[in-house]
Amino acid sequence: MTTDHAKAAPPDSSGGAAPRHTSEKTDEPTDREVKKLERRSRWYRWDLKYSPYAFISPFFLFFAAFGLFPLIYTGWAAMHQSSLVDPNDMTWLGLDNFTRLWNDEFFWNALRNTFTIGIISTVPQLLMALGLAHVLNYKLRGSMAFRVALLTPYATSIAAATLVFAMLYGRDYGMINWALGLVGIDPVNWEAGTWTSQFAISTIVIWRWTGYNTLIYLAAMQAVPNDLYESASLDGASRWQQFRYVTIPSLRPTIIFTVVVSTIGATQLFGEPLLLAGSPNGGSQSQYQTLGLYLYETGWVNLHLGRAAAIAWAMFLLLIIIGLLYWLLTRLVGKSNGQEA
Amino acid sequence: MFAVGIAATLATGLLAGCGSDDDDGGDGDGDSQVTLRVGVFGQFGFEEAGLYEEYEALNEHVTIEQDSIAENGDYITQLRTRLAQNSGLLDIQAIEVGNIAEMTGDLNGRWVDFNEYEGVDTGHFLPWKLDQATSEDGRVIGLGTDIGPTGICYRTDYFEEAGLPTDRAEVSALFTDWEAYLAVGEEFAANGPADVAYLDSAGGMFNAVVSAYEERYYSADGEINYQETEAVQTAWDLSVQAAEAGLTDKQQQFQDEWNSAFANGAFATVASCPAWMLGYIQEHAGENGLGNWDVAQSPNPSNWGGSFIGVPEAGSNKEEAVKLAAWLTAPEQQAKLFSERGSFPSSSEAHELPAVLEATHEYFQDAPIGEIFTQAAAEIPTTIIGPSDQVIQENITNGLVALEQQGLSPDDAWSSVVSQLDNALAE
Repeated sequence: MTTDHAKAAPPDSSGGAAPRHTSEKTDEPTDREVKKLERRSRWYRWDLKYSPYAFISPFFLFFAAFGLFPLIYTGWAAMHQSSLVDPNDMTWLGLDNFTRLWNDEFFWNALRNTFTIGIISTVPQLLMALGLAHVLNYKLRGSMAFRVALLTPYATSIAAATLVFAMLYGRDYGMINWALGLVGIDPVNWEAGTWTSQFAISTIVIWRWTGYNTLIYLAAMQAVPNDLYESASLDGASRWQQFRYVTIPSLRPTIIFTVVVSTIGATQLFGEPLLLAGSPNGGSQSQYQTLGLYLYETGWVNLHLGRAAAIAWAMFLLLIIIGLLYWLLTRLVGKSNGQEA
Repeated sequence: MFAVGIAATLATGLLAGCGSDDDDGGDGDGDSQVTLRVGVFGQFGFEEAGLYEEYEALNEHVTIEQDSIAENGDYITQLRTRLAQNSGLLDIQAIEVGNIAEMTGDLNGRWVDFNEYEGVDTGHFLPWKLDQATSEDGRVIGLGTDIGPTGICYRTDYFEEAGLPTDRAEVSALFTDWEAYLAVGEEFAANGPADVAYLDSAGGMFNAVVSAYEERYYSADGEINYQETEAVQTAWDLSVQAAEAGLTDKQQQFQDEWNSAFANGAFATVASCPAWMLGYIQEHAGENGLGNWDVAQSPNPSNWGGSFIGVPEAGSNKEEAVKLAAWLTAPEQQAKLFSERGSFPSSSEAHELPAVLEATHEYFQDAPIGEIFTQAAAEIPTTIIGPSDQVIQENITNGLVALEQQGLSPDDAWSSVVSQLDNALAE
């Protein structure tokens, strides 16, 4: 980009000034005019050089104000003992908040729950999305209607969806237990059990995000050249084989993208477990308390702002570690296939 | 960033100061136009009962605007941050009783002391209500709005089926103490309808018992001592007894299932049933419960809920705000709030007014609620309240839920309460 501009700028300024210097007949350009021209060309150069920075600066300014500053401030708060009752009154603790997390059974419990809910919601979700996208990729009647329908769960708010699901999973008056009762199964106390509550939460996540991922996969599938499928079918590949050997390899970058995004979403899971029973403790025995929920409970219910900030930073570091792992993994996979990642 | 914020606050403060000076100089006392902003949570009732309109009609220079946040949880979070920055505060702010201890503590300097204003009479409030809003050095930072004296709500139709008396005086006589209440429960379980529990939840039982003690979670000198107090031990044992005898519907209060359980008539009594709960039951039990609910005297009445209003020091119209706060909490207005909204007065003078004394509740078979709750209010102890009361009680209730729903033994449930609380209360 910059080299292009450097090439473009000089001829203009010399070209403009040169003829005037050689022509004797016209009035000599006054000092003022020369200065004006110089100034104009200087402005022009600056314009080319710096205005791109001005154009992109709003993002960075907003990022600094609403992304970077809170991040750093949270890190600063994590080094202090600070109460939400009087957040400006801070006592320096160093890394104590972090070492305390290491021995905090509730933190590990929340981490474990986040991990298990993340697995049981992300894996089926992405597999289903892949399958649905494959089906939708065929010529179907009313495929547009299907695509819109798939995106509607994504367009509903977490709160609305969770409240409906919470009613479905109700112990005494929920529709799911009523249906189970029809086939002779005893009512399940969904919210009270560890696995049942985590299963209930993951169904909300799956319901909400499957359509979104389907559309991403579908878009990537439609970018796969048709020749590949044609030659595959000429070679006698079945639809399943086409899916397995043409679609999946072509979709690899997209799959990695959705896995990364879903992992970040799963790590920050908050609204669904908060609203399942409407309390930040994530069940009477914290059986479905996620990291996000533990952060909220520590900061906004128990009022320990410094400790909550430390949890936030632990989550951030966790995501960085996961990101690095994915990066390594994609490099390894890329190398084994003889490609550069 | 902070510097800018502080500068802005100072600037607005100074400007506001100038403004009011000019006004005072211009028209003499009280005639300049002022807009008072009142911050409340939920359906607080002032606006609904028409009190603002009445005040505006009485004081033509005053305009009142209300800013309401649905949940106290969200409201108090905002109030805390604003108090911490000492900016963005409205002229009058409501304070729920669960948060009053943190306000009378370190933050009491952020609120005006009503003792310093001559027109304010604090003598008509119930003594314990006034105590709750008084700081250690005697500053009164909040004026009581309502209180929640408790009775016991019960279903007359289920009691009849179980062969128990249904008349509220006879039922009150049955409940001589909490053991007697549970003994009636055993009888109910044996003879009553099979799919109806005696009471809603062990947590509700705990709340009913524990609240009637002076010392629950904090000692008089402000130390947390919930593990040793007689209140917690007695309440825990009785709640465990109720749960193990299968008398409870294993609910969690204020959850959707609890609301549905009212509509389905899943339990026969609510052990701690304050005045404001009657409207809640009416709303959720609806048609199905009409003519079936009644309210009896509690063996140990206590206070559940209620609020205060305070005037932040950072406000620009403190003088006018204090006048309004005193008027809103005066006996006549409290009586009106009770007859219109069911918020029971915190003013003992209001209890003498006919509007309160003679009040009945149509949905509760015309129960004389004015008389019942006035009598209960007179027996409420002066409970020591601390800043972490809510957190402590919520975690104990969670222990009881684990006992009821996840089958933990009482010992395991209690040790999980202690470890949760150790984590929650550690600095």
